Amino acid sequence: MPSFVRTHATEVSLLGVIIAICAVLSVTTANFFSLGNAFDLLNISSVNIIFAVGLLVVLIAGGIDISFAVAASVVQYGTAIALGWIGGGGWVSGLLIAGSIGVLLGAVNAFLIHRFRVISIVATISTFNIYFGLLMFFTKGVSIYDLPDWLTDRVVLFEREMPDGTWIEITLPVLVMAICVIATWVLITRTTTGRQLYAFGDNPEGARRFGINIGAMQFIAFGWLGLMAGIGGLIQAHYAQEVVPNALYGRELDVLAAVVLGGARLGGGKGSVLGCVLGVLLISITQNGLNLMGVSPFAFKMIIGAIILVAITLSNTSIERLLPFLTQKGTGR
Amino acid sequence: MRFSARIPLQLNVIYGHRHMHQLATAGGGERPLLSLRDINMTFGGVRALKNVSFDVRPGEVHCLAGENGCGKSTLIKIITGVYRPADGASIEFDGETYSHMSPVTAQDRGIQVIWQDLALFPEMSVAENIAFQTVLGRWPKLVDYGRMRQIAKDALARLGVTLDVDLPLKEYAIAQRQIVAIARALVGEAKLVFMDEPTASLTQSETDHLLDIVRGLSASGVAVVFVSHRLAEVLEISSRITVLRDGALVGVYPAASMTQSRITELMTGKTFDQQVRAKSRDGQPAVLDVKGLSRPGQFEDISLTVRRGETLGITGLLGSGRTELALTLFGMLKPASGSISIEGKPIRFSSNRDAIEAGVAYLSEDRLSLGLIQPQPIADNLVISSLDKVLSGGLLSEERKRSLVGRWIADLGVKIGLQQDAISTLSGGNQQRVAIAKWLATDPKLLILDAPTVGVDVGARAGIFDIVARLAESGLAIILISDEVPEVYFNADRVLHMAQGRIVGSYDPRTSSLGDIEGAVYA
Repeated sequence: MPSFVRTHATEVSLLGVIIAICAVLSVTTANFFSLGNAFDLLNISSVNIIFAVGLLVVLIAGGIDISFAVAASVVQYGTAIALGWIGGGGWVSGLLIAGSIGVLLGAVNAFLIHRFRVISIVATISTFNIYFGLLMFFTKGVSIYDLPDWLTDRVVLFEREMPDGTWIEITLPVLVMAICVIATWVLITRTTTGRQLYAFGDNPEGARRFGINIGAMQFIAFGWLGLMAGIGGLIQAHYAQEVVPNALYGRELDVLAAVVLGGARLGGGKGSVLGCVLGVLLISITQNGLNLMGVSPFAFKMIIGAIILVAITLSNTSIERLLPFLTQKGTGR
Repeated sequence: MRFSARIPLQLNVIYGHRHMHQLATAGGGERPLLSLRDINMTFGGVRALKNVSFDVRPGEVHCLAGENGCGKSTLIKIITGVYRPADGASIEFDGETYSHMSPVTAQDRGIQVIWQDLALFPEMSVAENIAFQTVLGRWPKLVDYGRMRQIAKDALARLGVTLDVDLPLKEYAIAQRQIVAIARALVGEAKLVFMDEPTASLTQSETDHLLDIVRGLSASGVAVVFVSHRLAEVLEISSRITVLRDGALVGVYPAASMTQSRITELMTGKTFDQQVRAKSRDGQPAVLDVKGLSRPGQFEDISLTVRRGETLGITGLLGSGRTELALTLFGMLKPASGSISIEGKPIRFSSNRDAIEAGVAYLSEDRLSLGLIQPQPIADNLVISSLDKVLSGGLLSEERKRSLVGRWIADLGVKIGLQQDAISTLSGGNQQRVAIAKWLATDPKLLILDAPTVGVDVGARAGIFDIVARLAESGLAIILISDEVPEVYFNADRVLHMAQGRIVGSYDPRTSSLGDIEGAVYA
């Protein structure tokens, strides 16, 4: 256990902060501490968690992607149109189409970065603008409301009334999110490809000397984020029951902040799925808590920004200084 | 921790040299493990290697010696398949002949390189770093962490080292990382291991441990080709030495017949006669006066005086507090107690800008990453600490800059192409001259040189110390810090020995012998 604390300092401290916030909120608000609210939070956070685990893979491989949220909007339109062509479809065909378009859009980023040696932030800011521009141009800003029924109907996989009168529900977005989280965890910690991604992000030159295929790494990382963006986009459309071209605009920065909060490093080689999920949850919980406390929504962004700043500053500097006993064991310094 | 097997040495004692030779070759057959013939290599019209031959016997420790730019790295890269030599070359390894190698063939056949930058993955665990080849391969497989850990533990056990294989590598210091890199090479079933400057950033005791590991590898039949600027350890560890100069083979010599000065002569083609330069500066006014300076955990109760024109040598192992002391004198660390006076005036630095203002200059021990901004032009590097001297009407003047830079370049004999070339295009010795010039341009009264010859060739070192002597004669007070005792012995007027944060000895090179000081420092 001490060694888990030592190697997962970010995750442990995030968990501590989440517990502390929950404790405060359960005392100060009437409705926070209920299972019903906990499951609501999970439902609300699903799409962001799906995006976040995708982005995590890109960050681990040493890249960054600004375009994925807008790409998810493109996926929503593309999928809606394609579903119209095939006459309705269902969840299986919908996820397949959305995932494929997402992978394709991710591959465009990987291609630019690998083939033309454009650094990832520049490449994805460009594709961010291109995707969003194309979307607004072709849709003329018009939303789609007549989506297939299967897509807009709520799918409740499990529900039960609790003794305190609240309902707990597990909906389809939660299931899809759980699958995405587990799949990403398996990819980056249990497969050789995932370890190559870590190695590539940690020391690209070292990875190259081992003969790791650098191009493949870029396509896998951005392709995986594309897949998650596609799936997340479809789930968001399901959740919102409409497709609005600028609904996800700006989401990329929220997700990026949450992933970095979860311990991923801009520059590569570092980050975990657990940290990433906790990062998203911390932000959702805070938002939810502020809501229940009756704080003006206009203050949300400011407070969230401050939390991210404090958390990142703490995790960068003083985990080891705050807990000096952790550093005594086994180091050669 | 240590290997007891020093078989080659023991055999040498028992059988004498002639028998020894036969025994050494008997193990791997009469043929050498690696045999290179007619190696030529040209880069953009410059011949980097001229008809070089090179042999390594199975299980021997072979040193490849030569100054920077003599072709050592090129040769290593040809053997490991990074470069392809000109036609007509023959590379024979372990019974098979190749006209050139490829990185994959080289690794498959058991040729491993430990690069100077180690090519490790700091965020990943020790086990993954050592057993990294288990996650290679084109198609995804599940990772077998149990097997990975076992491979890592076995490899470390072969080296007689215990590390926590589950910790991320970044938790370990450079010496342990070096060991991880060696362990990784062993996992690849190495028959021949190249080590490029493996001891460059190690302390003496870490170096001793590493040399023991190399002896152990050699005793177990792995041949090691060792590249190092530190000639003492080259003589200690290797059985034969191949010397290259200007891309050509000078010769192959048994280490037993060599001395450091002989190797230096062969490498540079010049002779160096080292003499103690120390003089008494007692009559001169004190420039720096330090009394009872302490920083708990780093150094305690340091008192010292440096006079005008004096060179004070400070030696001691890594971790003795010498660099922390230097950084405190330069205002980058704050002392807990004690006083610093410059030319009689007590001074309290709140940052290194104050120190520069007061006339202190500090040449960092890590020139590559801290001392110089590698991709930037020579001229910009040189004036970065004295920009106020190249202003004209409040703006930078290209012309003043050019003339200031030109003056220093000429004064210190720096060999450059254009002032606008990146500093990274210069050799180690010339980079160090620019770094010194950068500080001289600030008109310092006290110059602190921290390990000024790290990564500098033997030939160029003498040039650096000539400059130091000249600066001292012109009245500059100098503190020369080095963990190589001979450097301070021959070039300083007085030598202080630091250990565990205290000054434990003071020597006058005119009355002490080199052996006295080395005995105390390396004890």
